[in-house]
Amino acid sequence: MISGILYDLLFDYTLRTVAVGAAALGAVSGALGSFAVLRRQSLLGDAISHAALPGIALAFLLTGSRATLVLVLGAALAGWVGTLVVMAVVRWSRIPEDAALGIVLSVFFGAGLVILTFVQRDPSAAQAGLDTFLFGQAATLLERDVAVILGLGAVAVAATVLFWKEFKILSFDPQFGRSMGIPMLRVDMILTTALVIAIVIGLQTVGVVLMSAMVVAPAAAARQWTDRLGTMVFLAAFFGAVAGTVGALVSATAVRVPTGPTIVLVVSALVLGSLLFAPERGLVAAWRREVRNRSRLRTEAVLLDLHALAGQHEDGSHPHEIGALEAMGHHPGGAEETLRHLRKRGYVSERDPGHWVLTEAGRERAGRILRDRGGVP
Amino acid sequence: MTAIDLEVQLLAIVVAVTCALPGVFLVLRRMALMSDAISHSILLGIVLAFFVVEDLTHPFLVVAAAATGVLTVALVEALYRSRRVKEDAAIALVFPALFSIAVILIARHAGGVHLDVDAVILGEIAFAPFRRWEVAGFDLGPRSLYLMLAILLVNVGFLLLFYKEMKISTFDPALAAALGFSPVLLHYAFMSLVSVTAVGAFDAVGSILVVALMVAPPAAAYLCTDRLPRVLALSAGFGALSAVIGFWGAWAMDASIAGSMASAAGVVFLLAFLLAPDRGLVPQARRRSRQKVEFAVRMLLIHLLNHEGGPKAREESQVVHLEEHLRWQPEFAERVVRSAEKKGFVGRKRGEELRLTDPGRHLARRTMLS
Amino acid sequence: MRDRGPNGGDGEPRAAIEVNDLTVAYRDQPVLWDIDLTVPPGVLMAIVGPNGAGKTTLIKAILGLVKPAAGHVLVFGRPYLEQRSLVAYVPQRGSVDWDFPTSVLDVVMMGRYGALGWIRRPGREERERALNALDMVDLTDLADRQISQLSGGQQQRVFLARALVQDASIYLMDEPFQGVDAKTERAIVEVLTRLKDGGHTVVCVHHALQTVPEYFDWAAILNVRRIASGPVGEVFTEDNLRLAYGGRLPFLRSGTEG
Repeated sequence: MISGILYDLLFDYTLRTVAVGAAALGAVSGALGSFAVLRRQSLLGDAISHAALPGIALAFLLTGSRATLVLVLGAALAGWVGTLVVMAVVRWSRIPEDAALGIVLSVFFGAGLVILTFVQRDPSAAQAGLDTFLFGQAATLLERDVAVILGLGAVAVAATVLFWKEFKILSFDPQFGRSMGIPMLRVDMILTTALVIAIVIGLQTVGVVLMSAMVVAPAAAARQWTDRLGTMVFLAAFFGAVAGTVGALVSATAVRVPTGPTIVLVVSALVLGSLLFAPERGLVAAWRREVRNRSRLRTEAVLLDLHALAGQHEDGSHPHEIGALEAMGHHPGGAEETLRHLRKRGYVSERDPGHWVLTEAGRERAGRILRDRGGVP
Repeated sequence: MTAIDLEVQLLAIVVAVTCALPGVFLVLRRMALMSDAISHSILLGIVLAFFVVEDLTHPFLVVAAAATGVLTVALVEALYRSRRVKEDAAIALVFPALFSIAVILIARHAGGVHLDVDAVILGEIAFAPFRRWEVAGFDLGPRSLYLMLAILLVNVGFLLLFYKEMKISTFDPALAAALGFSPVLLHYAFMSLVSVTAVGAFDAVGSILVVALMVAPPAAAYLCTDRLPRVLALSAGFGALSAVIGFWGAWAMDASIAGSMASAAGVVFLLAFLLAPDRGLVPQARRRSRQKVEFAVRMLLIHLLNHEGGPKAREESQVVHLEEHLRWQPEFAERVVRSAEKKGFVGRKRGEELRLTDPGRHLARRTMLS
Repeated sequence: MRDRGPNGGDGEPRAAIEVNDLTVAYRDQPVLWDIDLTVPPGVLMAIVGPNGAGKTTLIKAILGLVKPAAGHVLVFGRPYLEQRSLVAYVPQRGSVDWDFPTSVLDVVMMGRYGALGWIRRPGREERERALNALDMVDLTDLADRQISQLSGGQQQRVFLARALVQDASIYLMDEPFQGVDAKTERAIVEVLTRLKDGGHTVVCVHHALQTVPEYFDWAAILNVRRIASGPVGEVFTEDNLRLAYGGRLPFLRSGTEG
């Protein structure tokens, strides 16, 4: 199947169009989504994409046009209004932001459904095209749709490149930015507009219900791999493009596989992989650090205690019973396994069964540990 | 209006009230968007359970869906606790993934069955009356009405039983833990309740509009009153009101009932946002313009008191100076001074120089100390 | 017609900051009542007062970050908006997310963003300045470190360095000593003293009363209204402090004049 897709990708014009469009929208939403995630606005994307539905339906109802550009502009306008409503509610009432987001996303969406019932009544509607905005349909991507994605996406990306330092300070410390005289409200407007664009160009492919995942997931995955904003945005764009392309191609070539959910599954897999396997922040790496750390502490405790026992004895090379060691209380779960491990590394030796003593190397090691910990060897 | 219309209307009201009650605590606990997450991810539970029992009306579906809802809460928390992502991102990562699996499963395997994606999003409250509950040949009414009533009873029962605990753990989780309630246990019990409610409502209005019914009425109620019992009662009332307006709106426009109910909930919220006594925008603006002069009079008195006897007392107490230093418009300054004079707080010396009277000085001191 | 700070008159040095009849209210609740405050140039000034006294609000109002209900602020005799480049700001350390993906050097360079204006990116010159500032706070080694790996004291010094690159005349700092280690506290005091010696004006919101006479030469005592301001020796009296803190005067050193 994979080679089949590759073959089609090279030679099938339609599929190539789909792949280009999906890659572009994934890249743009990944890049802009990075800022949303860093600003703890992950769920703003959800509100914007749902709020776009009445915009799409109204744009069609008013213009009678199904041209992608018209619908996308309607979506963008409605998404923008939704964002403003969230801001107004938070600013002028005591309703918390999460509730404001919930109200906007569900109420706008509900209004969109009402308008859609009018659209569907219109006999001229042949309403295919509007349905796809719920769950997305990559197969419906035509060349002119891809042109819209590329054109608007380029605007959003250009804004990011141009206003890079403004976006950065807005995301990190807007108050400080304002104190320096940078008009942060205007920067916020520009960034939000770019985010709205990134979301609405994906609606036809991914759908309003799941587009928020394309804003959050690539960024969340990218964050695990790097500690630099530039790298993060770039990686998020890359992850978004991969997820978009793979998801769109699978759904366009397989039977009865909706596009949006497929793309979301691919990008969720990327998140899971990143959370687990990223080199520094990855959970596996953290777990291994933890295990190594614990085992180091365990061995050090055994070495130090043997060292202390040796110090109590006139003859430093007198072996000590394992029970005496364990009686010192630093070795939960017993010391035997650790001792065998230390013997392999040549730090201790077993004189009689169950009687252990530090070797020369062991004494040195214990002395070094004590010095490192600031004690007297 | 037919009997069917009446049944649909009744069901809509019950659904809205059932959602509005737990919604109050979701809003107060800053977890409004968990309703979004849960209402989406329960679909996975429904689909998986359906594959097992192959009966869409089987009660096992509700159990499985509720379990998925709780799983969603646990996953979000685990992600957030791992400190690799922030809480908002954790929510936005979990539910789309679970929901996507469910949608793909439906599309791939359940195509022939009566479980289509549109119903998931839109609900099918209009068809609810066609699924009857018949006992020994007697028609007792639509099944979903009974299901929703049962859930409503459970909600009311839970809130009555654990009202005090919910209240304390919402406003002061630390105190609740100190008193020996387990906030975690209570939290999960409550989230199970939200999940069950979402399952029931989901069938009627679909996954997204559940959010409208769980968040908008409580938020509107929260703007109208400060007392929790009143918030709960008002929230239920606003929910029912949205259901009635929504239903008749849909009837008049011949449009989607669920969409119309959500829109109505939005309108109710908007009205509360604008008009709620005390907190609404309009009352606030009116109060502010009324208080503006009052506040400014106090500012003036404190200003005069601060400079009384000081080196620049004469200069600071000129009316022109108010314009320059307090940055008041001349007309406004004049209005404030006249108001203060009329109340006997200040007098004018040599035309333009203001001085405090004893009552004025007294009020200024009191204001500043409060 | 308008006062000109302590020295008054034309040609004399003007007050660095002059706060005139400033009232700030959040919703309907006043946080600052009719504050008059003059900060002469070249002083190292502490703003003290109990919790909720409006200290942070005063700083933010001077910076134009909160809108006053009445009154105004002059910086070297002119409105703040015209003089913005003369003022640098060190916010509270807890006001940002230290898990943000960026490096120490990058944060310090942010201090130049205002001067750079729209679109222009920081270049070599900004880098140099940032490295210099990091040197002043003794953080050169950590320039490439991700900021989440810093200790609280190091974070505070990063913020200080970010203000230093602003190359301002006036430094407004919100609790720069909050929760820092002894080493950082010494380093910050040293930087503040250097700034003062260089003719800069420094205003700090400060919590620990006992260190005020040691670190600062000028002080304002605040509790919603201004209690007193002037040279530390004159204003830092038990009476004034009691007036501000009420009965709750936790750790007044016996050595304080009064």
